[in-house]
Amino acid sequence: MSGRNWISPLVWLFFAAGMAPAQTQTLPPAAGREVDFARDIAPILKSRCESCHGPDQQMSGFRLDTRAGLLKGGDGGPAVRVGESAESRLIHLVAGRDEARVMPMGGERLTRRQIGLLRAWLDQGARWPEGSQAIEQSEERRGRPKERHWSFIPPERPAIPSLRNQEWVRNRVDAFVLAKLEQEGIRPSPAADPTALIRRVSLDVTGLPPTPQEVEQFLSDDQDGAYGRLVDRLLASEHYGEKWALHWLDQARFGESDGYQADFTRPVAWRWRHWVIGALNANMPFDQFTIEQIAGDLLPDATIDQRVATGFHRNTLTNRESGFPLEMDRVEQVFDRANTVGTVWLGLTVACARCHDHKFDPLTQKEHYEFYSFFNTAVEVNIDAPLPGETAPYLKRKQESDRKRRALMAEFRADKLQAEWEATVLRACLNPDDPAIDLQWKVACEELRFEVDGIHQSRFSGGEEVLRIPPAERPERYANNLTRYFVNHVFGRYTEKQRYQELCWDELKKRLATLEADYPALSEAQAISDNPNPPDTHILLRGDFRSPGLQVHAGTPSFLPPLSAKGKPNRLDFARWLVSRENPLTARVAVNRMWQEFFGQGLVATSEDFGARGERPSHPELLDWLAVEFMESGWDVKAMHKLIVTSATYRQASKTRPELETRDPNNRLLARQSRLRLSAEIIRDVTLAASGLLDRRIGGRSVRPALPGGVANLGFGDFIQWPESTGADRYRRGLYIFRQRTLLYPQLITFDAPNTLMAHCHRERSTTPLQALTLLNDPVFFEAAQGLAARILSEEQGSAADRIDYAFRVSLGRAPRTEERERMLAYYREQMQILREQPGSQKTLVPSSAMDGVDPIEAATWVGVSSVLLNLEEFITRG
Amino acid sequence: MNFRDFQSVQDRRRFLQTACGVGTISLAQLLHVDRLTAASEDAPSLNPLAPKTPPAPAKARNVVFLLMSGAPSQLDLFDSKPEMKKWDGQTLPPSMTTKDGDFAFIKPSAKVWASPRIFSRHGESGMEFSDYLTHLPRCADDICMIRSMYTEQINHHTGQLKMVTGTPLVGHPSMGSWVMYGLGSESENLPGFVVLNSGSGADAGSGLWGSGFLSSSYQGVPFRSKGDAVLHLSNPPGVSNRMQRARLDAVRDLNEMQFSSVGDVEIASRIASYELAFRMQMATPELLDFSKESPKTLEMYGVNEEPTRPFATNCLLARRMIERGVRFVQLIHGSWDHHSDLIKGVQDNCDIIDRPTTALVKDLKQRGLLENTLVVWGGEFGRTPLAEDRTPGQEGTRGRDHHRQGFSMWMAGGGIRGGQTVGNTDDFGFHAIEDRIHVHDLHATMLHCLGFDHKRLTYRHQGRDFRLTDVAGNVIPKLLV
Repeated sequence: MSGRNWISPLVWLFFAAGMAPAQTQTLPPAAGREVDFARDIAPILKSRCESCHGPDQQMSGFRLDTRAGLLKGGDGGPAVRVGESAESRLIHLVAGRDEARVMPMGGERLTRRQIGLLRAWLDQGARWPEGSQAIEQSEERRGRPKERHWSFIPPERPAIPSLRNQEWVRNRVDAFVLAKLEQEGIRPSPAADPTALIRRVSLDVTGLPPTPQEVEQFLSDDQDGAYGRLVDRLLASEHYGEKWALHWLDQARFGESDGYQADFTRPVAWRWRHWVIGALNANMPFDQFTIEQIAGDLLPDATIDQRVATGFHRNTLTNRESGFPLEMDRVEQVFDRANTVGTVWLGLTVACARCHDHKFDPLTQKEHYEFYSFFNTAVEVNIDAPLPGETAPYLKRKQESDRKRRALMAEFRADKLQAEWEATVLRACLNPDDPAIDLQWKVACEELRFEVDGIHQSRFSGGEEVLRIPPAERPERYANNLTRYFVNHVFGRYTEKQRYQELCWDELKKRLATLEADYPALSEAQAISDNPNPPDTHILLRGDFRSPGLQVHAGTPSFLPPLSAKGKPNRLDFARWLVSRENPLTARVAVNRMWQEFFGQGLVATSEDFGARGERPSHPELLDWLAVEFMESGWDVKAMHKLIVTSATYRQASKTRPELETRDPNNRLLARQSRLRLSAEIIRDVTLAASGLLDRRIGGRSVRPALPGGVANLGFGDFIQWPESTGADRYRRGLYIFRQRTLLYPQLITFDAPNTLMAHCHRERSTTPLQALTLLNDPVFFEAAQGLAARILSEEQGSAADRIDYAFRVSLGRAPRTEERERMLAYYREQMQILREQPGSQKTLVPSSAMDGVDPIEAATWVGVSSVLLNLEEFITRG
Repeated sequence: MNFRDFQSVQDRRRFLQTACGVGTISLAQLLHVDRLTAASEDAPSLNPLAPKTPPAPAKARNVVFLLMSGAPSQLDLFDSKPEMKKWDGQTLPPSMTTKDGDFAFIKPSAKVWASPRIFSRHGESGMEFSDYLTHLPRCADDICMIRSMYTEQINHHTGQLKMVTGTPLVGHPSMGSWVMYGLGSESENLPGFVVLNSGSGADAGSGLWGSGFLSSSYQGVPFRSKGDAVLHLSNPPGVSNRMQRARLDAVRDLNEMQFSSVGDVEIASRIASYELAFRMQMATPELLDFSKESPKTLEMYGVNEEPTRPFATNCLLARRMIERGVRFVQLIHGSWDHHSDLIKGVQDNCDIIDRPTTALVKDLKQRGLLENTLVVWGGEFGRTPLAEDRTPGQEGTRGRDHHRQGFSMWMAGGGIRGGQTVGNTDDFGFHAIEDRIHVHDLHATMLHCLGFDHKRLTYRHQGRDFRLTDVAGNVIPKLLV
């Protein structure tokens, strides 16, 4: 804890431990008679204390059902001083000395009479007669039920069930599904027709629709294994990594800004996303994928890529609001890291045990902090992570660059001025309590934490920390950032206008910017590394960083297999433990989320919660079989995907079966495929793909497509900058849209993209009028309709009916049915009629040059037809 | 089904028969779409926005929440502290400031700053207002002034989240979303939860209208002052309303064909969403058109003048939305974060908001809407009785720091007993000491007015039943009629 908090940590401890000087006059007086435990005390303890501090749970590590527990106290220290009730924390708490912390928590307070009795009891020696009927002495821990929860028992490979209808089965997945259907006397659905199947599997594997040519090729391939070849081609496509990165980014709460208030951007956050896409495309085994993201920095001879992978942990929010305690923000980040890992890999709601023992799962508060401890030792660092071809030219020109920079600073005397400013601010930073220092310098010190250009991406390199490092020892990147901040943001604020002009400061700003553009620094990436001086981990009472309790050490929950490590286990040991063969959760959780992406819901419907509150699996044997298969395949993700999409279960038609509506309304039995509305980003992707506008480059920096006017103003103040992308960048996939947390791109929010603030394991699929307005009127979508119209006109030269057929094939991957063709022709004629009656519109509807040589009314009519197609429910649905 | 529900179903039927193109919807489809729009016991609605009846009798049907982002100084507006004059310029006894004196910027040793404003009493109850406010005192008999609010948060973003979502943590549903989740929408053609922003906006941004883990159908829709009021409300350039209707008809017919072919109810839901979108397109211009408002009304709000114009426009819009069945209007104005230049800053803000706010309460009342509309006004916390002097020696530039232990808010209408002042702070305005009301208590009371037991309006997420009031909150009977 730094000296920045106005109340010193010691004072907080003082209160937490209840050793503040007694103010007996505020406490109800002790009862003036001898108390009888069974008559006077036991009823109070039983009715008012036991539910939280008894055999079932021990909030804050305190139990009041035995004398030993009473005397031992809790995480906050001793609870009573026998003989000195006025000095006892227990009495202070029930008397409500601190309004914010009154016991019992919730419900009526104890009466003055009851408190008086408790006081008298303590003063009289806290007698607790042996064998008193007071509270049953049960040592059985709550939540250690006789029967272990299913997901905490390691999976074993179950036998393949025997079946009546072997012919339907394509692989082992199907045996488990069919066994259950046969049990229920339900026949599976027929296979989807090939046009539906190729669209489905293309969207599921790559997030892009098949082209009419790809459909044609698949339909004409009548050799055995045509579907398998299709699947192999899709799995090998680089768009595979994009599609599956999206799902991973949701879980990793990937964002590119701080998430609070001014919502500072994180310009290099994309490097981690880039790593994810590459790792998925390379089919990196899931155990390695796990270890590198959780602890890549601790691997022996960690590569830059392995350190970039730890950017996973940099997706936490950061609160740089002036006046917000630094330590509180750090602690929140550690919580977030622990909780995210708990949800993503273990499917556990770890966060529930922050303030008390988990209410439903056997995770104690202490275990929560042991888990937390693995992440408490991590610090944020930004590392040099040069992109290909960057390093050599950089090194070659470095000396020259340094020399020019020094000369420039000296020419404007900026070096001296910066040194003076640094000294003043540093003094304010180091002496927060010195009344002789003006508040404005203290505020300047505060601001330094938040505002330093480029530095704000990393807590470790926060402005104040940099200031504390002697100039000669500062890492170059940080030193340059500080200078840039001083020149651009500080000097003008503290200097009279005249002097500012005399020094030609604006000229300096310009020349510094030019210099930095001429000699670009190495690209960087966000990572974490281990703190050389890690803080101790304490249980935080009520989860409050100001109330440390018992010290704990890194460890894994006792209801899961033990972690074996030589010496003190670290983050790397933890990562290896996650993907050990004994871990009952990781593989199950991972295969369940794959299943969810291919069927709309997991075998465990609550894919984020495998605990007692989660749902039980619909097909427990199948889940275990898949989990074991996954581990034994060497955590081969693509192999699992192939296994699932080549199953007969996956290949069923998705048509609703009215006879099953009441029996199986949620399709848990998998007697058909599901129709699923596409994710927000994929809706953009399929639209751009159909229009021919899609930019298919893989990976790289984020883009900012145009925002409708006024949207940026919805952020706080004028902090948010949204420099619009130009050229092909405007048509990149939704995955690459910059994730400004307090201002997510509207189309993405409208279609249920998650908020990037916490791990999201599955997406909602809502249906709202705002979605309709977007697809109908959003310029991006209307431009796509224009693009599709241009394609139809240039790629299909036949009749209007032929063109309609082609338009269906491009957008929906199939030809229209007769009635559909007729309805669309009717619309075609109607639209043309309106255009003839309302001359002039066609010019606005048809972008110049895009459809040269075509009658503008004809062209505008096709824009209408295209827009109808792009608005169809089927178009934004995976059937 | 009560009469109102019955009527609304009837209205929908009539609407579908007339507006969706005569004769194009079969009876079977009609019944089907009906399932999408109205909930009843035997046929739960597929539409998450269908209006629902609250479990208990409700006094309020709608809410206008005026969030004063940045935290207005209660000591200079509502909470008169004559005793403070004696202490002006002195430090407070340490026993007061060290107990839980967590300030954002100042030290416990900062000097007391008694408000330089003059307070006077108004209305039958003699409610106190400072001379900053010249209009609002006329509503004294309708307002319930609370002078004993408290919270745990002293930073803006977390404080605003606490005030609006009940927790300082990000990613939780805002109050408007909870209300939508509980009550659905009464409006046929407008969003049920609308957000109106003016001034510099709010620190917590979209977190204040996000639906968190609730369905995104419940999230607030910001009405914008630039461009389309609702995003993408206008047809694309060159598309006339006639073309739009032709386009929608084709989309609907083709979707219906698909529905016949695969039988997925989601398609019916999609069809309904397009019809609602079209109705929004048609209805919103009427909502935004003030030409039928009397000059007297426009004058009362200050719609055509500076500096009231932006806030007055939002206040008048709020009333018009309430009239049209919008459930929850969240009106944000910022910033009140006066660390320095407080005297001028508060004056400037009062010049902007005093008149329109007063007009809103009076207008709702004269139209009989206040009875069913809960109006709540306040910031995320209050400001310190101690001065913040960023530029020592220049007292004119003084401000006050963030303060959480005692601050003021006011409520009116919808089941709230007006004409009373509830609660008190100590002589320094430091701690709320009498009838202390926590943010959770405020929320519990608001939900009570809307017909909900705050402990029962829950949503299960990640294995836990969440609610607006977390694990706390008590309804405050004193506030109620």
